[in-house]
Formats: sequence, structure tokens, C-alpha cells
Amino acid sequence: MPFKIIASQCTGCSACEPECPNVAIAEKAGTFVIDPKKCTECIGHFDEPQCVAVCPVDNTCVIDTSLARYREPARAEDRT
Amino acid sequence: MDAPTQQEASSSAIEIGEITRVLAKQKGCGTSSGSGSGWAGCGSQANRGDLPAETWEKVKNHPCYSEEAHHHYARMHVAVAPACNIKCNYCNRKYDCANESRPGVVSERLTPEQAAKKVAAVASTIPQMTVLGIAGPGDPLANPEKTFKTFELVREAAPDLKLCLSTNGLALPDYVDTITKFNVDHVTITINMIDPVIGAKICPWIFYKHKRYAGIQAAKILTDRQLQGLEMLTARGILCKINSVMIPGINDRHLLEVNKAVKRRGAFLHNIMPLISSPEHGTVFGLNGQRGPTARELKALQDGCEGEMRMMRHCRQCRADAVGLLGEDRRAEFTTEKLMDIDVKYDVESRKVYQAKIEEERAAKSTAERADLTKRADSVSDIKLLVAVATKGAGLINEHFGHAKEFQVYELSSDGAKFVGHRRIDPYCQGGYAEEGSLATVIEAVSDCHAVFIAKIGSRPRTELIKAGVEPVDEYAHEPIDTSTVAWFEAYLDRVSSGAIEHEERGDAAIRPRPLTSAA
Repeated sequence: MPFKIIASQCTGCSACEPECPNVAIAEKAGTFVIDPKKCTECIGHFDEPQCVAVCPVDNTCVIDTSLARYREPARAEDRT
Repeated sequence: MDAPTQQEASSSAIEIGEITRVLAKQKGCGTSSGSGSGWAGCGSQANRGDLPAETWEKVKNHPCYSEEAHHHYARMHVAVAPACNIKCNYCNRKYDCANESRPGVVSERLTPEQAAKKVAAVASTIPQMTVLGIAGPGDPLANPEKTFKTFELVREAAPDLKLCLSTNGLALPDYVDTITKFNVDHVTITINMIDPVIGAKICPWIFYKHKRYAGIQAAKILTDRQLQGLEMLTARGILCKINSVMIPGINDRHLLEVNKAVKRRGAFLHNIMPLISSPEHGTVFGLNGQRGPTARELKALQDGCEGEMRMMRHCRQCRADAVGLLGEDRRAEFTTEKLMDIDVKYDVESRKVYQAKIEEERAAKSTAERADLTKRADSVSDIKLLVAVATKGAGLINEHFGHAKEFQVYELSSDGAKFVGHRRIDPYCQGGYAEEGSLATVIEAVSDCHAVFIAKIGSRPRTELIKAGVEPVDEYAHEPIDTSTVAWFEAYLDRVSSGAIEHEERGDAAIRPRPLTSAA
């Protein structure tokens, strides 16, 4: 269940980068991005996802619902 | 080495220096109850005050710490620390504006390598630059690698610069040893409260030991860490200044307690700054209509704390990438783009020579003024009033009303002229045209003053000032601020005692932080 960073919200402050235990966060064109393959939501490392906890702008580090496992329920809703 | 030569040409303007406050405070200490030991006075030595010799040695050339030094020496901030570990309701991390002069605002962020190059280039061009600070735009200690890497590189590139940093204090206890190792001269800690209930209203959350804490719990951790860090630093002999943001209705009265608490822990200077809060800044306080203090409220609080410890009143609440003398930002001359092409030759010796000259001039000035002071020891009156002065520096009334970007405010009393702050304004004449809209705001900024001293003033602003009850005074054009304001004050007292005029209290004035565009 990886997190993603909403680029338009990101101030590029870099607070999240050193906090990520999986080294999944990197700078890209002035803002930061999370590598979904590396993100573990900090499970096994910390009580809460570090990028979310440290980010100064609320709702910037969010669950990436565009990924496969989130598409299923969305389609189910479409069918009803 | 063209640049230092240019600087020398302008040094004659700087050399005359600001002596008024020294004058006022020395005198104040001789005649008052001794409670308000001002920044500059009260000691056997001019400017030094009651500071221990070693402290004075550390601060005398620091523009932010010494009210008098800020006219002679420059500092720069490098914006290498964008991350922060606490959330404050007066800050908006999304905000970025070229024309704003506020803490936390920058136009570009630097890598430690870029920062070191910039520092060397600026210090080579501005020989009176003595201090390199890291003040964000986030928290330097939430960016420890970038901050200390920058210090390391600056030490190599410009070994004679003093280093300082400004922090919210949350991570401070963890880095006191590193700060000591890098021989950082001064640390500023922003402490807005020592009561977590109040803290929760200012700082909604912190990020500490891999967890986000909110509310009172967060504020408790923050205040404990700040005070612990302060104690650790002062125990190691590192000078600590405390910044506090005055937020009416939230921490205004409480700052008296904060003042006592930080004084007890060895802080040597307290800088109480007005909250900057406008809806367009997008801060929590800006959006919920939290107002900033008025000029009178701020001064009353600063005066109330003054008996406890030194108060700083000349703070311009600079950007985290400011360059040059306080209030005269030259950062636009030193953009990264321009710097990368410069081949910097850093010459410590020529900087030393230049600074020695400044010192000579300061010393000569100080002696002259002390002699002058004794002449006016006998005029006594209970009347105290404020006046505003338009100046381009050098301690002279040498700015036109319409060109002034700020007014310096002095309190006149039998003790002399005491600097109590500054009011930033939009120049009334911009590009040769008088702007009617700005005249009202300029007058509003000095509406607690009895007079405005200017080198020159047009007929319309003159009329409007008089209508607002503020006397425009231009007969001391290009003369020293201290002697002129005191001479005017003595004449004012004569006019009152002869019945020609009646002394009336003035109202309050607004503190309205304006964009600082002097770099343009």
C-alpha cells in the first residue's frame, strides 16, 4: 500500500527524504516522489508513515489509490 | 580588487555611525533608577554595557546582536535548510515570494557547496560582512547534514567569519556537541512560550523521535527541549539570543514569564518580534484573522521585559536568504546564476584591514559622543514622546520623506534619544510620482509620533502630516539624529513650559510589514 506525494502540494522542503526507512523518496524537478516499489508504509519500522508525519503540508503524502489493488472496489461500484 | 575599493568609498558614509542610542542609554543609566539597562549603556565602556568582556568581544561586530554594530557590519543567511520539524501557526511552508521580507521566505535554496561559494563571493565583495547565519527557511537542526556541511565548507572558504544559526530548539539538545565542535558563536532559539497550554495554540504539532505529537503534549516536549538546549548551550559558553513572536491574546502577557525563564537560563538577549499576519500569507493565523500587535503594545512589552534583560529592538525580521546590512538587502546581486561564473579570491588580510578601519572610526565616534553627553545632564522633564526619523544611515537625518522605506523611531525624554524600533513603509514617491494611497499608510505608521524628521518634504505630505497631528521637521536636514532630535525636544519642552503649546499624548500606530524592495 504505497504512499505517493502530490506534486502540486509538495514544497520540496526535503523533510520526508531522510525520514524514509526504505530510501524510497527522491527529489525530482524540485519536488519529491516516492518509489512505490520500495514504500512499505513504514510497517515494521515505525508506528506511523514517516513521510505523512513529517510533511508540513497536510494531505500531501497520501495513499496511492491508483495502484492495482485499489482499482477493484472502484470497478465494483461502477457496475452497481 | 575593485569591490573593496568601492566599499571604501562608501565607508565614509557608514563610519559616522549610530551614536544616538549609546548616548541615550549611557545617560539613562546615570540618571534613572537603573531598571532599564538598555543594550548599549550602563557600563564603564561605551557601547559595551554590562556585558562581560568576553561576551562583548563576541557580539560587538555582530549586526544582529549589537544595535550599534548593525550600522557597520553586515551578515548573510544561506538558505540550505528547507525542512522543518514543527508546525507553527504563523508560518506557511508553501509560501515563496521575492518581495517579502519575512523569516522563512526565500527565492532559492542552496546546496552546501553553492552556499559556501556564495558566502566567499559575498564576503569578498562586502568586507564589512562578519557573520554567516543559517536560519532556515525551515529549521537548520531539522537539516543537520546540510547545515553542518555548510559550516564545514564555510570554515574552509572564509575562516574569519563568525557562524550562527537560528533554531526552533526541538532538536537542539541532540546537536549541542556538534554546534560546539563547529565553533558556532551564537545560537538563536525561537521560544514563544513555556506554558504548553499556550504553546498548543501557537504550534499545532511537532515531529519528534519518528512520531507526530499534537496539542499540549507536543508543546510540552517542545518547551522542555528548548529550555534544555538553552541551558546546555549557555553552560558551554555559547551565546544565546531568544526570539519570541508576540501574538496578541495568545502569548503577549505570557512573554514576560518567558523572558524571566530564558534570562534565568543564561540567554543574553531577547528579541520580541511582532506577529506578521495577513490573509495573503496563507498562514493559520493569517487566515483566521489573528491580528499582530500595535506599535504601542509591542513597545510596552519590550519595555516591560527590559528590566529583566537586554532587549533587541532593531530586528528587521529578515528573510532566510538576506544579504548585507540589516534593512538593506543585497541578495539580488548575488544570485546563484551570477555566482557560478565568479572566480572568488578570498583575502582575509584585506578584510581585516577594512574592519580595523571601521573599528577606529567607531572608537573615535564613541569618545566624542560621551563628551557631548555630559553637557545636557540637567534638563529634566516627565514628558516622553516618540519621533520618527527618515535616514539612509550614518546617523544622519538624510532621507526625503517620499523616498523613505522605513522610519527609525526614537523615544525622547530627559534622558536623551533612545532608539525604540523602526517602521517599514512603502515609499510615498515611487519613481518620481507621489502615490496618494500610500500617504495615508505612511502617516498611519507614524501616528504615535509627535514629529517626523526628514531631509526634505513636499507640500502635500507636509499638510497631511500636520493635519494628522504630526509635526514635519526639516530644519535639521543632513544633521546628526541624536543632537537634532534632542535639540528639537528641548525646544518642544520650552514651548510647553511657555504655554505656546500643550503637550498631548499621541495615539497608537500600526506595525505593517511591507515588502522590502530595496535590493531592486
